Amino acid sequence: MQEIEEFVIQHPLECEAPNEQLKNESLFANLKYLILGILFGVVFVKSEIISWFRIQEMFRLSAFHMYGVIGTAVLVGAISVFLIKKFNVKTTEGEKVVFHPKTFNKGQIIGGLIFGFGWSITGACPGPLFAQIGSGFLALIVTLLSAIAGTWVYGKFRDSLPH
Amino acid sequence: MLEIIRQPWPWYLAGILIGLTVPALLLLGNKTFGVSSSLRHICAACLPAKIPFFSYNWKKEIWNLFFVAGILIGGYIGAQFLSNPEPINIAAETKAQLSALGVKDFSGLMPLDLFGVDQIFTLKGFIFMVLGGFMVGFGTRYAGGCTSGHAIMGLSNLQIPSLIATICFMVGGFISTWIFLPIIFKLIA
Repeated sequence: MQEIEEFVIQHPLECEAPNEQLKNESLFANLKYLILGILFGVVFVKSEIISWFRIQEMFRLSAFHMYGVIGTAVLVGAISVFLIKKFNVKTTEGEKVVFHPKTFNKGQIIGGLIFGFGWSITGACPGPLFAQIGSGFLALIVTLLSAIAGTWVYGKFRDSLPH
Repeated sequence: MLEIIRQPWPWYLAGILIGLTVPALLLLGNKTFGVSSSLRHICAACLPAKIPFFSYNWKKEIWNLFFVAGILIGGYIGAQFLSNPEPINIAAETKAQLSALGVKDFSGLMPLDLFGVDQIFTLKGFIFMVLGGFMVGFGTRYAGGCTSGHAIMGLSNLQIPSLIATICFMVGGFISTWIFLPIIFKLIA
């Protein structure tokens, strides 16, 4: 038991994107995520999904673009996850890939609706928000700071909110 | 070659590349794809204020901050060196509806009459950036993820809670687009 416990990683409570790698990574090793992020940001700009207009088209059902992007991404992601599980593909460090089953709570409904409201108004999900700022829409730094404030307020009042 | 890259990329290319981020992160370092947690790590790093939700070793999750910093740089590269010289092609129906609401600038990826630097201290800026941004940050954390964590990663892993969250993102967006936006545009007119 003792030995197993040593390998338990202390995660932040309820993190959707945790680091499950057992081996520590240096700051230099983290550069690979920076590079992946750069590629990701370029895709965001070039496919125009950072555009407020594309988000409006999606919610006004006047274009297929966003549905196509998200649908294809889910399909490719699902096939990848299936293959990783089926063939027990290991990470580059030889570790077993860790998946996280999610449990239902009311937050997914209430929080989901609130994010949806904000998504349509700002035209930004958290990812594209960073790309919007990078692409020169500097006023959106305000949106980012406000999103950070929103996250903080959620954390502060988490226990009094229905879950 | 550069000419082709400069054109807007089709949805299937973007979808495939974004979808491939899921296995790339999993296999590069056992990381689960999700962007909104970066906002939380920023809170944990800058202002944890002894709140349990922000009291954790954020340095262990620093990959996520590298990732979003990359997205920002990628946004810069995409806009500076690979941008499409043509004005953005917006669906006629949406353009007509937005014009009717009062949007004037259709030249770039974002309408500058709503998201320009000169709008920061106006009512418009307050609603579209401050209030909207707050809802994005509060809502994604309350929901436990955003489009990446729930819609792409969660659905890829066939998680029912993620499907519920994704449906709610969309429902919220439809309500906001068809009910709130007309009210907002009347308010700022």
